[in-house]
Amino acid sequence: MSFDRVMGEGFFTTTVDALTKWGRSNAVWPMPMGLACCAIEMMAFAGPKYDAARFGSEVLRFSPRQSDVMIVAGWCTYKMSHAIRRIWDQMPDPKWCIAMGACASTGGMHRCYGVVQGVDNFLPVDVYISGCPPRPESLLNALMRIQDKIKEEQTIKLDS
Amino acid sequence: MNSETTEKLLQKLREFLGDDLVRLYYDYKYPVITLKRDRLTETCRFMKDELHFIYLNDVFGTDRFTSEDRFEVFYHLISLRDHQRFFLKVLVDENNPVLPSVCDLWKSANWNEREVYDMYGIHFEGHPDLRRIFLPEDFKYYPLRKEFPLLGVPGSLELPNTTPDHD
Repeated sequence: MSFDRVMGEGFFTTTVDALTKWGRSNAVWPMPMGLACCAIEMMAFAGPKYDAARFGSEVLRFSPRQSDVMIVAGWCTYKMSHAIRRIWDQMPDPKWCIAMGACASTGGMHRCYGVVQGVDNFLPVDVYISGCPPRPESLLNALMRIQDKIKEEQTIKLDS
Repeated sequence: MNSETTEKLLQKLREFLGDDLVRLYYDYKYPVITLKRDRLTETCRFMKDELHFIYLNDVFGTDRFTSEDRFEVFYHLISLRDHQRFFLKVLVDENNPVLPSVCDLWKSANWNEREVYDMYGIHFEGHPDLRRIFLPEDFKYYPLRKEFPLLGVPGSLELPNTTPDHD
């Protein structure tokens, strides 16, 4: 189905900003940072039942270079934090971050010396999800929040 | 588990240790034998060579936080021939936390002893490679000691830079 046939002789106008936001918000490719049991729920989120493809996020990219949103799913040790930060730095801008579950958000039940008490200690988190582990619907909700956030950002200014 | 076999093995161990067997009790149904520190190596050798405990399942410590004989180190031994599970226990003082290594008897003791060293700071003499196993080399504390705070010492473990490094 070509663009010409849909539009016929007509045309439409928009702004580059709106077009960019529309494109970005409907192709948010996640970087799955599965560290613990939350990763299982993250798999359900990507699978057919909960179907992240409805939001254009079905491609979990295992390369940080191709992804837009990092989903930190699970508890993060000090040892792992360095690897996570490194992968985060390898992701191209613009990028977003979801802290999935109680452990990634606050340390959760792991109140001990080896676990970072919340990944926001070293990552700029956009959306926090509560739950232990959260249901896939919560992750879909977080994704929609990210989409809302993208739609509110000013892409042209962001690039300058 | 055959308790007759257990008794037979225990009797042999009693004869070997004599007065150096400090205490014997059963945890669940497994015998826990407290013995004097200086008999540890030869008892382990006896357990392996004579009583056929060829499998060292685990070595672990506890911190009782007492003024004397503060630490306990357990050796969890299994006899695959007799289906027996024995625990040897030695007490270690805080001022001189040194034990002989049993690495030359059981290869599996290597990492287990490193873990006990990492968590409690108990040194194992004769260990081939006594380094920290979980925590960074420059970590100054022993986290499973009772005086160590639950959430750790702030700043003792490094967090990554929040600005990208260009290397």
